[in-house]
Amino acid sequence: MLTTIYACLFYGATLVLVVGFADRIRRFAMTPAPLKIPTMPAPTTKTGVAFRLLREVTVFESLFKANKWIWLFGWVFHVALAVVVVRHLRYFVHPVPEVLAFVQPFGVLAAFAMVAGLAGLWGRRFLVERIRYISRPSDHLMLALLMAIALSGMAMKFVAHTDIVAVKAFFLGLMRFSPQPLPADPILLVHLTLVAVLMIVFPFSKLVHSAGIFFSPTRNQVDNSREVRHLAPWAAKLEADRAR
Amino acid sequence: MYVTTDPSEAKQIDPLEMPTLCPGAMAASNPWVAGPDHQASCGFPGELVDNWQEKAIEKMGELLGKYRSLKVYLDSCVKCGACTDKCHYFLGTGDPKNMPVARQDLLRKVYRRYFTFAGKWFPSLVGAEDLTEEVLDDWYSYFHQCSQCRRCSVFCPYGIDTAEISMAGREILDHIGKGQKYCNEIIGKVHAIGNNLGLKENALRSTLEGLEEDIEDDTGVPVKLPLDVKGADILLVTPSADFFAEPHIDGLIGYAKVFHAAGASWTISSYASEAANFGMFIGSYEQMREISLRIRKAALDLGVKRIVFGECGHAWRVAYSFLNTLAGPFDFLDQRYPIPQHICEYTWDLIQKDALKFDKSKNDHIRLTYHDSCNVARATRMGDQPGGQFEIPRNILKTVCNHYFDMPEDTIKEATFCCGGGGGLLTDELMDLRKKGANPRMKALKTVAEDHGVTHMAAICAICKTQFSKVMPDHGFERDSILSVHQLVSNAIILEAPEDDA
Repeated sequence: MLTTIYACLFYGATLVLVVGFADRIRRFAMTPAPLKIPTMPAPTTKTGVAFRLLREVTVFESLFKANKWIWLFGWVFHVALAVVVVRHLRYFVHPVPEVLAFVQPFGVLAAFAMVAGLAGLWGRRFLVERIRYISRPSDHLMLALLMAIALSGMAMKFVAHTDIVAVKAFFLGLMRFSPQPLPADPILLVHLTLVAVLMIVFPFSKLVHSAGIFFSPTRNQVDNSREVRHLAPWAAKLEADRAR
Repeated sequence: MYVTTDPSEAKQIDPLEMPTLCPGAMAASNPWVAGPDHQASCGFPGELVDNWQEKAIEKMGELLGKYRSLKVYLDSCVKCGACTDKCHYFLGTGDPKNMPVARQDLLRKVYRRYFTFAGKWFPSLVGAEDLTEEVLDDWYSYFHQCSQCRRCSVFCPYGIDTAEISMAGREILDHIGKGQKYCNEIIGKVHAIGNNLGLKENALRSTLEGLEEDIEDDTGVPVKLPLDVKGADILLVTPSADFFAEPHIDGLIGYAKVFHAAGASWTISSYASEAANFGMFIGSYEQMREISLRIRKAALDLGVKRIVFGECGHAWRVAYSFLNTLAGPFDFLDQRYPIPQHICEYTWDLIQKDALKFDKSKNDHIRLTYHDSCNVARATRMGDQPGGQFEIPRNILKTVCNHYFDMPEDTIKEATFCCGGGGGLLTDELMDLRKKGANPRMKALKTVAEDHGVTHMAAICAICKTQFSKVMPDHGFERDSILSVHQLVSNAIILEAPEDDA
């Protein structure tokens, strides 16, 4: 029964995440950007733009210029999250590649870093008056969700071990559409439920910033407006009335 | 001349000083609402329509389908707070709704309520709100407290540009009949007469002739300011403030002297006698396009080979970034030159070719700094290299002036502050907002006045020049401490006197 519920939960959550996020990306991509609005100075080539975006998503260049504290907490959280996610891949592949085995010890370190980053970001929502003013309940809930996922995950490492071999069998089974029994371990169930919730809210929340950055005209446009004429389809229709 | 304050006090000047939050401090700041005739001249309803809520949401939906920037920016903000201390109006007023994210949220909360799953089902959780009369009032007030300067977009990790949001907000307001008088009246004048000031052809002609006489009296050289000359090589499109306001007009004299020294064939057009494009301020692609097409028509009718823009910030944005889109392709112009070209690019090009001679000592009474106009800095380029918009005007100034000093690094170039009057806010009823918004720039100026004895500031934007001549006296500077870049060129340039035929 438990196994069936969680199997359904993860199939459903995966579907919502993939379809919802793809739909969001589709809508970003389908909406035209009628004017050239890169924030200058901007790269004059596509390669330059690729590097600009790469810097934004790897070292958070603009955020670094803006505020060193937000940058520190935000960057530490995101990098730690990335390491933790990579580390979790070992539960979805068999045998475990060397790369993943290598990441294993860093994953534990990253868990602490992730919690520290989240704590810093959350603390600012209470302590800095300006950020308190702009925070909504959903902003706090999102941090609470991520924090709870991190803490419940760490609890299984440092407080009460779960039967990780069985968990891996469950997920490998899910991927082959033959679910294996999931251990009825409370911390594990909390952890998995919260992850599924995160997957479900992802496409409908501010977490779409992960796609938004790539579609942001101020960041992804090439500075070449004098050389190349940029014309959106709806704007081109206005030209019908033009003599010459 | 700047009067030095107590030196111990000067050390404490911080242009980025954080204000105390004062909720509602600027809620009563509103520009005059456009009357029915001004609305009509732009094709907008004369007064607030009965079903304004429905119409506003409908317009918002339309804009969400037409502008990726709007869609992505309303969806992507994570409320990280990076932008909260970046807006000069927030720094100057302390009103939290002048924090870029809070200004965006005025639109975002309505977007969420009507267009997103979370906002429809859990409005209080995600801060979604119905479009009520209070929200509408906030829109009108606070979307007219954004000068579309893009400083926030530099610092946002996703590049969210609040200018895109306030432009959309203003466009919605226009379409439900609550437009802003200053912008819409001016757009009407451009359509009817050809420039923002409503300066007619004969008045323009006599102004230019008067200037020719002044220059000849002054220098003994017959520098011309040609109007509507068919077959001229260069069409100069400059803000109409250059024809009458101080120090703008001294900049115009500077362009004329440069053209003269270069032996260029050039003309001004009475039909397109305006570089500024207020269509951008109200977020209207259609208005911006129609105003831009006037320039195309003038270029075709006069048969020119090149288009050069005078000193004007938002104008240069529309020219550099949008003109090719709105009114191109310019295949009938000489492709060997940038289309369009900025007067600073033109002058710097001549300087590099050693085609201009200067007597720098003519500017020795001036200790100069340079204000990067926001839209030139963050929305355009000059020259071939990114950042040319910072370097070229400075290079020109250093060529013509011996004493040049930059303001603090975090207040210039891409981090420059708006003058406080840009984006359609240069109207008298917003003077309180304008003065407060100018504070960060004024503080930065005071630091170089204290440290290097700076006496004057140069700018390349008609709005900046007008705004600073109004606010600088409040900060211990004379109103003529703000200069045009080409005014300094004009002071120093050496013109060959004509050979005496007699």
